[in-house]
Amino acid sequence: MACAGTGCLSNRSADVKKTLQEEIARHGLDDEVLVVSTGCNGFCEQGPILVALPDGIFYQKVTVKDVPGLVEKYLLGGEPVESLLYRPPGQKEAVARMKDIQFFRDQRPIVLRNKGLIDPESIDEYIGMDGYQAMVKGLLEMTPEQIVEEVKKSGLRGRGGAGFPTGVKWEFCRKSPGNGKFLICNADEGDPGAFMDRSILEADPHSVLEGMVLAARAIGASEGVVYVRDEYPLALRRLQIAIQQAGDYGFLGEDILGSGHDFRIRVVRGGGAFVCGEETALIRSVEGRPGRPVPRPPFPAQKGLWGRPTVINNVETLSNVPTILREGGEWYARMGTSSSRGTKVFSLVGKVNNTGLVEVPMGTTLRQIIFDIGGGIPGGKRFKAIQSGGPSGGCIPESLVDLPVDYEELTKVGAIMGSGGLIVMDETSCMVDVARFFLGFLMDESCGKCTPCREGILRMHEILTDITEGRGTMEQLALLEELALAVKDASLCALGGTAPNPVLSTLRYFRDEYVAHIRDRKCPAGVCRSLIHYRILSERCTGCTACARACPAEAVKGKKKEKHEINAEVCIRCGACHEACNFEAVQVY
Amino acid sequence: MPRVSVEELKAIRERFRGFRRLREGKARARVVVHMGACGLKAGGRNILSRLLAAREQERAGEEVLVTVSGCAGQCDQEPMITVEVEGEDPVRYGRLNEETAVRILEEHAIGGRVVSEFVCVPSRTSGGVP
Repeated sequence: MACAGTGCLSNRSADVKKTLQEEIARHGLDDEVLVVSTGCNGFCEQGPILVALPDGIFYQKVTVKDVPGLVEKYLLGGEPVESLLYRPPGQKEAVARMKDIQFFRDQRPIVLRNKGLIDPESIDEYIGMDGYQAMVKGLLEMTPEQIVEEVKKSGLRGRGGAGFPTGVKWEFCRKSPGNGKFLICNADEGDPGAFMDRSILEADPHSVLEGMVLAARAIGASEGVVYVRDEYPLALRRLQIAIQQAGDYGFLGEDILGSGHDFRIRVVRGGGAFVCGEETALIRSVEGRPGRPVPRPPFPAQKGLWGRPTVINNVETLSNVPTILREGGEWYARMGTSSSRGTKVFSLVGKVNNTGLVEVPMGTTLRQIIFDIGGGIPGGKRFKAIQSGGPSGGCIPESLVDLPVDYEELTKVGAIMGSGGLIVMDETSCMVDVARFFLGFLMDESCGKCTPCREGILRMHEILTDITEGRGTMEQLALLEELALAVKDASLCALGGTAPNPVLSTLRYFRDEYVAHIRDRKCPAGVCRSLIHYRILSERCTGCTACARACPAEAVKGKKKEKHEINAEVCIRCGACHEACNFEAVQVY
Repeated sequence: MPRVSVEELKAIRERFRGFRRLREGKARARVVVHMGACGLKAGGRNILSRLLAAREQERAGEEVLVTVSGCAGQCDQEPMITVEVEGEDPVRYGRLNEETAVRILEEHAIGGRVVSEFVCVPSRTSGGVP
């Protein structure tokens, strides 16, 4: 099983696979060993990944050079190749089997059940894993009302961000008067650092299509649209192959399985604007108009695409549907917490050892996600905060690390579930700078239609820039807080409504860092350039000249084997000397 | 391509069942062919090929996995296979050829009866070769 997700492909997994096939052929093993390209395995940190079945041996960071040895030692000799096995951080013993690796062991894959197990470009393999069984059941054995009922029973809520109960949304649309209803799959995953939906489309596109057929049946739609961003070429290609295959088998088109249900799917490529993930803006974009939100109500379920009742569901939401119908709503509802059922896929990124895709039951604590599955913080650094829900989410501090993750709990602490992006930050992250970074993103992505969002975010960003550059005042801090609350309340759509979250949550948990920037003109994390200085501790300096050679501004003075010094007036505070020093003699203060 | 009926859908699923077991690593029994340098030299490769073919023929793909591993530490007994039936202690067989290996697959892995005449007795002289 050769991972061919975007992460592994960019680490040349396609070449690894090609070499592997050549080596296998060279040794005459063609009949016994089959090389399958799969979607994202999820453990992206360790790519390119090969998983050998049935033994379940997990090989990581495999390069083309490793392949001949792998074939000879493992495939011919039956011995796992020690050097390519996974070693948990800080441990010497390698873990050979994928199921024994903690990153995988603590997960509960429902949406990602087929990831790394099937070839995403083969509909037959999907069928072999019980694929399209739920479609048979839903179209031939159940009424649309029963499908809605089953999904309501499961407690499934929208995985795109707001967490609206999916079954209720469907029922609402089903009961809306009007013909020619639409179903839209929102694959416009806009959060930087988030790649759940992309990976689902890359690893198991048929699960999304099957979910769409069922959703369409439930709401009475015969036309479907997948709105996918153009920046996802691989997801787009695999989706198109899947649509073609499903069409050939008669699972899309007219009179599916003789049930009388017609359903067609069209792909619309989005330009990658963040606001187009907002459902009313998305509809405008599908219609070929600028992607700008409009006030709700009327909700899309009443008046959506081309004025018709429309349901918009996120990729992950739809991908849950086949399993729910196959196993039953009650089965699904047994996982998770009382308000948030089932599992959630998170993309775990940032300052964490095991970067990758993680699917866990709702209610799993942040500690389990970051430290057990994520393997903790690299380099022995201290965990500081985690940003949940993308740029418009909130920062959750270390003190709340035992928080069980579900929609309500996250909202309570000032963050959001969002689509499931988790960005881990360690002690080297400045929280004011983090807030400024996210606000900068949102400022660029604001569509500009409503004033609170357009002007408010701009002003907040200005104040944050002042603070990080050492010009901030305490009055500005009060204004920042006031602005944040105003933007939150007065914005037209969720982009503006959630944009102040990074500011509000960092003010709530890290106010002292703001104050340190303003009163003491200091950045405690040593990030904000205007507020930091570098100096060389003479007792540690060995006069090796490494810092002087690294300095682009020629600010470091000193002869070989003599103590060095930094000329603060010339120093541009780039940190190159700090990184170059092998003796920890260069200090930030 | 013609449209697929519910029956054909089922047939596709059935066809992939063995494939699926293999990928999920679930099986009632596993037949492990020892293919260290010693096992290879004694003919382990051919035994593996024959076992794979026999498994297909017996339609045992759903319940029996055939897989490989390294030297079992009793090089003088090669070619060897180990049969692991769920819930029972693994049984190691040695000094096999293609025919006897297939017989063990049929009688033990599928049939559930240990083929005692080929069961390996741990020998004092042989040591493991890494």
